[in-house]
Amino acid sequence: MIWQLDLIILVLVIVCAIAAINVKDLLSAAILLSAYSFMLCLLWAVMGAVDVAFTEATVGAGVSTVFCVAAVFHTTRRTKD
Amino acid sequence: MRGYNMDLLNLIAAKANYWTYIILMMVGFYALIAKNNLVKKIVGMTIFQTAVLLFYVSMSTKKGGTIPILHHGETTSLDPGHVSALVNVADYVNPLPHVLMLTAIVVGVATLGVALSLAIKVYKTYGTLEEDEINLQLRNG
Amino acid sequence: MKILGRVTVILCGLLLLVYVGEFPDFADPQSPASTHVSPYYIQNALEDTAVPNLVTAILADYRGYDTMFEATVIFTAGLACFFLMRLPKKEERVVFYRHRATGVTLRIDDCGAVPKDTQAFHRIDSQWVPRDLIIRSTTRLLIPFVQIYALYVLAHGHHSPGGGFQAGVVLGASIILLAISQDLRSAISKIKEKTLGILSSLGVLIYAGTGFLCLLLGESFLDYGALASLLGTDRVMARSHGILIVEVGVAMAVMSVLIWIYYNLSSAGKQDEGL
Repeated sequence: MIWQLDLIILVLVIVCAIAAINVKDLLSAAILLSAYSFMLCLLWAVMGAVDVAFTEATVGAGVSTVFCVAAVFHTTRRTKD
Repeated sequence: MRGYNMDLLNLIAAKANYWTYIILMMVGFYALIAKNNLVKKIVGMTIFQTAVLLFYVSMSTKKGGTIPILHHGETTSLDPGHVSALVNVADYVNPLPHVLMLTAIVVGVATLGVALSLAIKVYKTYGTLEEDEINLQLRNG
Repeated sequence: MKILGRVTVILCGLLLLVYVGEFPDFADPQSPASTHVSPYYIQNALEDTAVPNLVTAILADYRGYDTMFEATVIFTAGLACFFLMRLPKKEERVVFYRHRATGVTLRIDDCGAVPKDTQAFHRIDSQWVPRDLIIRSTTRLLIPFVQIYALYVLAHGHHSPGGGFQAGVVLGASIILLAISQDLRSAISKIKEKTLGILSSLGVLIYAGTGFLCLLLGESFLDYGALASLLGTDRVMARSHGILIVEVGVAMAVMSVLIWIYYNLSSAGKQDEGL
C-alpha cells in the first residue's frame, strides 16, 4: 500500500461526498455519487479486497447511477437546498 | 513538544482510514436528517452505507498480505484428513469481512431502487420533492 | 432544523473520534478481527471445498444461509418496486408517430387509428431525440461480448475474483445498456416482464432447492457434501459443484431483479417509453 496513493484517494472520496450533498442540481448529485463509488472501488482494490472492488465497480458506478438518473428524469432536476 | 507532534502525526497517519470513515458517516448522517430534498436524503443514505463498508474492509487488511485467493502450487494435497501447515495465515488478508460486505453492497442497491420508486410516487402525488412543501400540502388538506 | 442537525452530527462525530484511539492499528496482522475465526477459513477452505477463492468458498459454503436470505431480500425488493409503481395499460393515451422520410411528427390522441406501415412510420417517445448511429452500432456489437464476459466471471468464480453476484450484475447491466442505447420498447420485446418474474423466483428456488435436496438426502440443510451420491464424486468435489449451482441461482435472481427495477423506474410504471 503506497501511502501517497492512499492519501490522495481518501481526500478525493471526502471531497466527492461533501460535493454530492451540496450541489443544487440533482443530476450533478447523481454523477458525483458515481464518481464517489468509483473512488471507493479504487480504495478497495488498493487494500486487497478484489471481490468487493469488482462488485462496487459494477453496482455503484454502473447500475446505481442509472437508477438515480432515471429517477431524476421522472421528477425534477432543480432543488432549493 | 517535538515528541508530542510526532506522536499525533503517527496517530493520524496510522489510522487514516478510520478518520475517513467517521467523516464520511457524519456527512451521510447530516444529509439524512437535515436536508429538505428527498433525493438528497437518499444520496446521504448511500454515503452512510458505503462508509460502513469502508470500516469493515479496513478492519480486514494485513500488512504484507495479498489478496484472499490461494496460490495454486502451495497446497496441493486434497485428502481431507491432512492438516495443512503450508498456508501461512499472515500472508492473506482476512476474507471474512469481504464476504459480509458483498452482501451489504447488493442489498444497498436493492434498497436504493425501492427508495427511488417511493420518491417518484411522492412526486406524482404532491408535485414536489421538497419536504417542507409536502408538509404544507398535508397540513392544508 | 439545520442548526440542530449540525449540532447533533458534530456531537456524534466527536464521540466516535474519541474512541478511534482504542482501535487496533490499521493493517495489524494480530488484530482481534484476524485471529479468531478467519485462520480456520484460510487454512482449511481448500481442503474442505477445493475452491482457491476464499471469498467464494465462505460466501456460498460456510456462510451459505446468509447468502440465501440475501437473494430473498433482493427478490423482495424487486417485488416491492413492482407493486409500488406498475400501472395497468390504459386505453386512452397520447402516442407520437414520425414519418421517416419527411420528419413530420403525428400526435394521435385517445385511441385514434395508428399508422400500420412500419417502414414509413415509427413510434417515438414524447421526449425523443434522434438516436446516434455510432452509439447504436457500437452497443449492438458490444453487448454479446459483455454477456460472454459475465458468464466467464460466473464460471471462474472458484479461481479468480468473481462469482454469482458480479456475474448477475454484469448481465443485468448489459440489458440495461440495450435499453438505454436503443429503445425501452425494443428491450421489453426481447426480455418480457413475465420472463423476468419467472427467472427471479427460479433463482431463489434453485438456491433453497439445493438446500432442501441436501436435507432430503439425509444431511443438514445446505450441506453440499450430501450431493456426493447424486453427482457421483467424493464429498470435497461435491461441495465445489454445490457452490457452482447456488452461484448460478444467485446470478439469475440478481440479473432479473435489476432489469425489472430498471424497467419500472425508467418508465415510471407504464413500461411504454423510457430514458
